[in-house]
Amino acid sequence: MRILTIVKQVPDSNATIKVLAEGKGIDFAGLKLVADPFDEFGIELAVQLREKRSDVSEIVALTLGGEKAGETLRIALAMGADVGVHICDPKLETKDELFNAAVIAEAMKKDAKGFDLILCGKHNIDLDAGAVGPAVAEFLDLPHVGAVTGLDVSADGKHFTARRRIEGAEEVVECDLPALLTIEKGLVEPRYPSLPNLMKAKKKPVTLLTAGDLPGVAEYAETTKFVSISAPPPKPECKFIEGEPPQMAKELVRLLRDEAKVL
Amino acid sequence: MTSNVLVFIEQRRGKVHPASYQLLNLATQVAAQTGAQAEACIVGEGVASLADAVAAQGAKKVYIVDDPVLALYRAIPYTKALVAALDAAAAKILLVPTTFMGRDLASRVAARKRAALAIDCTEVRQDGADLIAVKPMYAGKFSGTFRLTGDRLQVVTVRSNAYSAAAPQTGARADVQSVALSLTDRDQRLKINEVTATGSGVKDVTEADIVVSGGRSLKSAENFKILYDLAAALDGAVGASRAACDAGYQPHTRQVGLTGKVVTPKLYIACGIDGAIQHLAGMRGSKVIVAINTKKEAPIFKVATYGCIADLFTLVPLLTEEFKKLKEH
Repeated sequence: MRILTIVKQVPDSNATIKVLAEGKGIDFAGLKLVADPFDEFGIELAVQLREKRSDVSEIVALTLGGEKAGETLRIALAMGADVGVHICDPKLETKDELFNAAVIAEAMKKDAKGFDLILCGKHNIDLDAGAVGPAVAEFLDLPHVGAVTGLDVSADGKHFTARRRIEGAEEVVECDLPALLTIEKGLVEPRYPSLPNLMKAKKKPVTLLTAGDLPGVAEYAETTKFVSISAPPPKPECKFIEGEPPQMAKELVRLLRDEAKVL
Repeated sequence: MTSNVLVFIEQRRGKVHPASYQLLNLATQVAAQTGAQAEACIVGEGVASLADAVAAQGAKKVYIVDDPVLALYRAIPYTKALVAALDAAAAKILLVPTTFMGRDLASRVAARKRAALAIDCTEVRQDGADLIAVKPMYAGKFSGTFRLTGDRLQVVTVRSNAYSAAAPQTGARADVQSVALSLTDRDQRLKINEVTATGSGVKDVTEADIVVSGGRSLKSAENFKILYDLAAALDGAVGASRAACDAGYQPHTRQVGLTGKVVTPKLYIACGIDGAIQHLAGMRGSKVIVAINTKKEAPIFKVATYGCIADLFTLVPLLTEEFKKLKEH
């Protein structure tokens, strides 16, 4: 079984993000960048599958992003991926997830050995969208299961059952491999790469791909273009409700009914 | 291609997700600008009976894809069904609620149709043939503006409560068209074996108009009962912070936050939640936020509409009583 994990470099969720003048983008100077936490679930899952099974032949980590995204690939390799693929070309860097998915799918088509299981996060925490997984699956004519919280791959490596959460319910689905899964929090807890493993990761092979290597991308266009980013309008100051709890409760209910009109 | 706007009506077991009707209202407004019309698509099993309700919400034409194999949501069969309806409607814009199903389906449909796509939008407007969409980025700390090019289908998922539904026009009629679906075995590679409701009949945080959430200061799973009582009085759902879920007070299915669920209800009541960045990311888009906390400096008050500096164990039961009184009147 060959596994591909898709990983994106994103700003750390605790970092303070600054917007560039006129909202042209965010200021990456000094910004702490990390592997997307949801994508990390995918890497961890791949590594755990290999630890549990004898038929995982290779784990490939793939990223699409600028030169710095190579650091994210190193994290994936230090966690246990064997080889990396870095699609690195300013022409291919967009905030259009469908286009990004098409680029990733084209890179996967170049891989002659093919993948049995493709893993990524249920969404990335920069664009808050989640289109990459389903769109990659669509471009490769593969089934996908979104927001997976449990996985059991059959002994022969040809079949799986997965658990997923939907609004108000949980489903158990089954499907043949190859397939793509997007991973929800709770399935696995990503390991911290150790220092020796980070050192070893530097020696693992990484293939660099540019637009020239992916002629199929020419068939796709960036159709959703980023215009600007801005801080949401500031919330009005919080209105503190005074008084003892019984009065407080009465006043809050009155405000919710008469002022906020949400009841 | 006409400039008609098609709304995907999300339903599970015949129950329509309320965001679908909000989008019909938005579709009516958007279509009016170009003299086009709002249309709707219902996919499922035995869903034809929903057409009247959908017409009452403003759909001028309703496309029905009704098939037993569509009883439960599966990405590929639903993609094929919605694409068939899109082709029949020759629509220019597709609006889908931002839900688990909506995100999943819209992504796959947009990829198949080589459409432009924006997910989880809070604002949608036309600019010539293009569509301008505003959506949260970086866990809701910012909003991004995107331009969806007008030379192709534009697919947009829209957040619950970003727009409101119109008052239903009972007796309004829509033209109903049944759309045929032919699925291959390959389209049905994925099978659903089991569906279990989580939280036994208690509303899910992503579906409720009102969410009552608790933090670690609830101190135990048993103490969450006062929040369930409050939620019951409001016909709402119960959520929890990551700390409360990690402590085992509530299942992770109820976790609101960056790594849990993002909710945008009309009213969010945070009880004993200090407001870590990761929690704020999951609820700051709520319309009205009430914070109950003993610490005046808690970050939750920075995003709150109304603040109560009080002990939640005292205030919450009092609130429940007040809401019950309000209901009786």
